[in-house]
Amino acid sequence: MDMGLLGQFIVNGMMLGMMYALVAVGFTLFFGVLDVIKFSHGDVLMVGTFAGFSTYLGLGAIGIDNAFVQLVGVLVVAIASMALLGAIIARYLVLPLKSAPPLNTLLVTLMLGTVLREAIRLFYPDGSNPKRFPALLPTDSWTIGSFNLRADSVILLVGGLLVIVGVHVLINRTRLGMAIRAVAQDEETAKCMGINFKMIVLLTFGLGSAVAAFAGVMNGLYYNEINFGMGLLLGVIGFSAAIIGGLGNIYGAILGGFIFAALQTLGAVALPFASAYKDVFAFAVVIALIAWRPTGLIAEKTSERV
Amino acid sequence: MGILRKSTAPLLTLAITAALGTGVANAKDTVKVAFIGPLTGGVSAVGVGGRNSAELAVQLRNADPDAKYEYELVTQDSECKPNVGVQIATKVAADRSVIGLVGHYCSAVAMGAVDIYHRFNLPMSVWGAVLPDVTYGNDYKEIHRVNGTMINQNEVAAKFMTDQGYKTWVIIHDTTDYGKGHDKYFSEYLTENGGEILADFGVPADQQDFTAELTKAKQLNPDVIYFGGLTPLGVRIRAQMDKLGIESQFQGVSGIKSDSFIDGTGELAEGVVSFLEGAPLEKLPGGQFFSEKYKAAGFTESEEAYGPFAFSAMNLILDGIEEVGPNRKALTEYLGNIQDHDSVVGKISFDDHGQNTVAAITPYVIQDGKWVVWEDSEYADGTRKLAGL
Repeated sequence: MDMGLLGQFIVNGMMLGMMYALVAVGFTLFFGVLDVIKFSHGDVLMVGTFAGFSTYLGLGAIGIDNAFVQLVGVLVVAIASMALLGAIIARYLVLPLKSAPPLNTLLVTLMLGTVLREAIRLFYPDGSNPKRFPALLPTDSWTIGSFNLRADSVILLVGGLLVIVGVHVLINRTRLGMAIRAVAQDEETAKCMGINFKMIVLLTFGLGSAVAAFAGVMNGLYYNEINFGMGLLLGVIGFSAAIIGGLGNIYGAILGGFIFAALQTLGAVALPFASAYKDVFAFAVVIALIAWRPTGLIAEKTSERV
Repeated sequence: MGILRKSTAPLLTLAITAALGTGVANAKDTVKVAFIGPLTGGVSAVGVGGRNSAELAVQLRNADPDAKYEYELVTQDSECKPNVGVQIATKVAADRSVIGLVGHYCSAVAMGAVDIYHRFNLPMSVWGAVLPDVTYGNDYKEIHRVNGTMINQNEVAAKFMTDQGYKTWVIIHDTTDYGKGHDKYFSEYLTENGGEILADFGVPADQQDFTAELTKAKQLNPDVIYFGGLTPLGVRIRAQMDKLGIESQFQGVSGIKSDSFIDGTGELAEGVVSFLEGAPLEKLPGGQFFSEKYKAAGFTESEEAYGPFAFSAMNLILDGIEEVGPNRKALTEYLGNIQDHDSVVGKISFDDHGQNTVAAITPYVIQDGKWVVWEDSEYADGTRKLAGL
């Protein structure tokens, strides 16, 4: 295999990995503060992408056709609305079930995911068909041999990286982050220290959902196609990535996302049999990894087994 | 009181029976017919177009004063998922008041459902599924199909593309019966016509990312990328080809011949080719009649590629019920003897497997955001050129 081709596979894999990592970060944040698994996460991502897409259509309808303004509008609306949706889900579905078994939260959010998915399919105009997401980023490309690098892919990768660094800084360097970490470590003590527990939970769910919305818009910009079912597999993969990395640990989630993408790419490229089995291969390795390290590759300091 | 009641009660009963009796005699008996297709999910645009067309056939029949029965259409959504399809097929077939069925766009669903129709003796006609095995894989006399199969489609497609001068192909197909069938027949006819297949990828029908497969394809640098599958995947593959800078011609099958493929791919749709059984609507014997009636009925969705077939299949079932009465066995027998039956898609003649033998295949190309019949396009007269020619 020549170097150009190898480079191409690496860029493809990085792109996938970035998206998975962004989704996984949400799962791990939610688990960190409340020890719950919010299965509607992938569908929140999808709703965010559709919110962004609607914004694009709306901006087009009122005559704004500057790609940069459109992009900013799409991102702001998608991120803000999903942060709100995430907080609402936390307030009305997750917090009331706080003292119930975790399985209940998992089931409730799993069902909520189906509701969101079906709502877009049935109530969004022509929602059951794939939609063409606009290319709002410059599409210049550089070709070196068999290696083709597009400006939009580079911008998306850098954007994803900035979001991850942003979340890292927020968690580790700000008062809000300190509060989130305090709640994650010990809810009761955090409350005693005067931390508004409920507010922190809502903010964390808002943050995780906002990151998912960003991943959704990124997905739309990269593939130029969105559909009501896009969140389903992304949710499952993001969840698996968070588990491999170690639920509750942000670096674990990022690592897990990239591992999963690498496995998928490897499955499609290097295995002798048809690429039809690449997901089977990737998930089989995930099962093996979980069996080997049940608490994840980078476990929480005080780990709880799920 | 006692005496009065004794004498009046039978009288009243008689009067009521008489009143009811005349009421029934004046109205026509209601007969149920059913339609099954994917009304939600990725290929629902085609399904809804088919349902509207079948409904149109029923509406027109009910408006006809000469019709012997009043028809009621039962519609069910298969979601293009075999497991859902089998459930609703059983539901429809088990309802003895349903006499005939027009069903299935998705071959994978049809394959699971035909056994059920046979078991319940429900006569049916397929309106869109193209896998040969739906009719040829069994001896069930209940199963018929008004549209052609993918055998004819790929035979024409392979010859057409090699005639254009293309030499090498990479095939991507979904791993359902539908995609695998296309892969099998296209490969067979392509080799016969001297084309070379450089690689063949099977992919799950819900895959999002094709960059790994396409990067491999790019390395092989084929003249054509052939895709055997339905619209949602087709849209993704076409869009991702562009991301990776692949300049090969994109060739689809009947499964992407829908307006939603063009909506999904935008400018990238230009020059994509696909093949479809039957002639285009405006060239069909009853095409003009069909599109006028369809418009007049006020449906908001397009009839899509297979609408005329759904309309013809439903009409055929209704013709049968008019002729032999609302009886499943009699209708099956009636359908078994169909030869040169007039319909908007041309004459229908069933062979001994219930397959319509008329199989005109029309090549289409997307030009300026519309599916255009190849012969009428600027690509045919040389004004525009397909990729790589």
